[in-house]
Amino acid sequence: MNEKRAYPLYFVYGALVLYVALCVIPGLIGVGYSFTDWSSYSDEIKFVGLKNFKTVFSADENYLKYLNNTLLFTVVTTICKSIIGLALAVLLTKKIRGLNIHRAIMYMPAVISTLIVGMIFKSILNPQSGLLNEFLRSIGLGSLALKWLADSKIAFWSVMAVDIWKGVGYIMTIFIAGIMAISPAYYEAAEIDGASGWQKFRSITLPLLMPAISVTTVLNVLYGLKVFDIIYSLTNGGPGYATEVLYTGVYKEFSKGRYAVGTTLSSVMFIFMLIVGYFMIKVMTKEEVEE
Amino acid sequence: MKPRKIANSIATNTIACIVSLILIIPLLLILVNSFKTSLAASDMTLALPKEWRFDNFKVVIEKGKLDTAFFNSLIYSAGSVTLCVILAAMASFVLSRRKGKSSKILYLFFVLGITMPINFVSLMKVMQVLHLYNTRGGIILLYAALQMPFSVFLMYGFISKIPREIDEAAVIDGCRPLQLFFQVILPLLKPVMITVMVLTFLNTWNEFVLPLYFTGSTDKWPMTLAVYNFFGIYFKDWNLICADIVLTSLPVIIVYFLGQKHIVSGMTSGAVKG
Repeated sequence: MNEKRAYPLYFVYGALVLYVALCVIPGLIGVGYSFTDWSSYSDEIKFVGLKNFKTVFSADENYLKYLNNTLLFTVVTTICKSIIGLALAVLLTKKIRGLNIHRAIMYMPAVISTLIVGMIFKSILNPQSGLLNEFLRSIGLGSLALKWLADSKIAFWSVMAVDIWKGVGYIMTIFIAGIMAISPAYYEAAEIDGASGWQKFRSITLPLLMPAISVTTVLNVLYGLKVFDIIYSLTNGGPGYATEVLYTGVYKEFSKGRYAVGTTLSSVMFIFMLIVGYFMIKVMTKEEVEE
Repeated sequence: MKPRKIANSIATNTIACIVSLILIIPLLLILVNSFKTSLAASDMTLALPKEWRFDNFKVVIEKGKLDTAFFNSLIYSAGSVTLCVILAAMASFVLSRRKGKSSKILYLFFVLGITMPINFVSLMKVMQVLHLYNTRGGIILLYAALQMPFSVFLMYGFISKIPREIDEAAVIDGCRPLQLFFQVILPLLKPVMITVMVLTFLNTWNEFVLPLYFTGSTDKWPMTLAVYNFFGIYFKDWNLICADIVLTSLPVIIVYFLGQKHIVSGMTSGAVKG
């Protein structure tokens, strides 16, 4: 059979044109624009060399803090979602009443729009009338009733906690599928040898779950670096710059018409993510490439 | 059962219930308060409403202009889901069938898009040049383009498992490429197509950042942005805000329950290779 005739390349064109025009080209010309003084104030665009990168990485501006926050967010949410997700997955692969209901409920926050999750938690975390502080006061822990989103010292941690609340079910679901794919024979053999629950987890579940763990880590890291929605809806970067991350910074520069700085921030991200992406592809397409 | 086993079982059941409660209470809070009066909802407690106000939903549809927003969300989702599923299926089919090195590279080039961050600033420029800025068609194309990498990734994997003998038999019978694809292959892709459709639908319905950047006028806003705007105006009427949230989230929750199996299989493929 003639391969070229049976599988013509024009089948790929539609997807390719859309993808290249609206994903790849904007990324590439964005890198190009980072070397210019593009803004909404003038129609002329001049080449300015590395000036924007100097601005982004200079200590006088806040961008380094944005970068720091982005990395902190990524590390904290990745670690917490992995550990809690794994614990819940182990829990929900045991014999429990209403197993499927638990699984369905725990995944539910992941399907609700982040914007809406932000609005819900703005109410729950309200210092005066919010559900959380009402609850803390009612059980006598009034001293713990903090200004969750208004206090610049804890606001970022509150945002991360809400993000973990929303995302943990998704990670858990991937782990559950991973655990269920492990052959029961391993556990039976371990039981005959008298292994404890912890030993079984350490010697069977954890090593065999490694592929799933590496994928969820990549997913969590990618998500963390790109985070925007949850911060925009909860605090919009405030109070002050306490919860500002790269993408909220990009949005603000964009709104101010300082396109060049905005696109430079994006480009720093673009290059960084391509490197992360390279490793992700290696993980995700491992088997296919080996074939 | 041994006493230790019973204690264990009670402990695991209790922990599962507590975690489930933590995850469901915020959602129940919204549901309960959507039926209250404005005054009763101002405290935002979990107490059941004393007076059930079903007309909150009617008020919110009128004041929040939810009919236009619903229509927008619907065409954005339906349009991009259709476009994405068909184009991704065609591309994945050819890429996974061709043996050459170039098609492998092209496939990896698509998959790289899963990680690629959006540069909103330069994307704006591209959208303006292509006359797509502030148009419904532009949003649909943009959504479809952004979902393309993951859809191609899912479908490519699925198609590789369909035996090539099927194509060969069809070609010998005189099938042309389009016929082969639409009449022979496409029906076999139903499971993965449903997965892609469900995931793309959820993503596009919940999306609000792209419309925030790329639609200039409120009449093109989807439900997510409409509810956020409503939140800004009626910030004192939590009963109405809750009703708005319920109406906006209802479609994704329905699709979630109908397509739960497919979501899980889509989310986990790639992560767990059986």
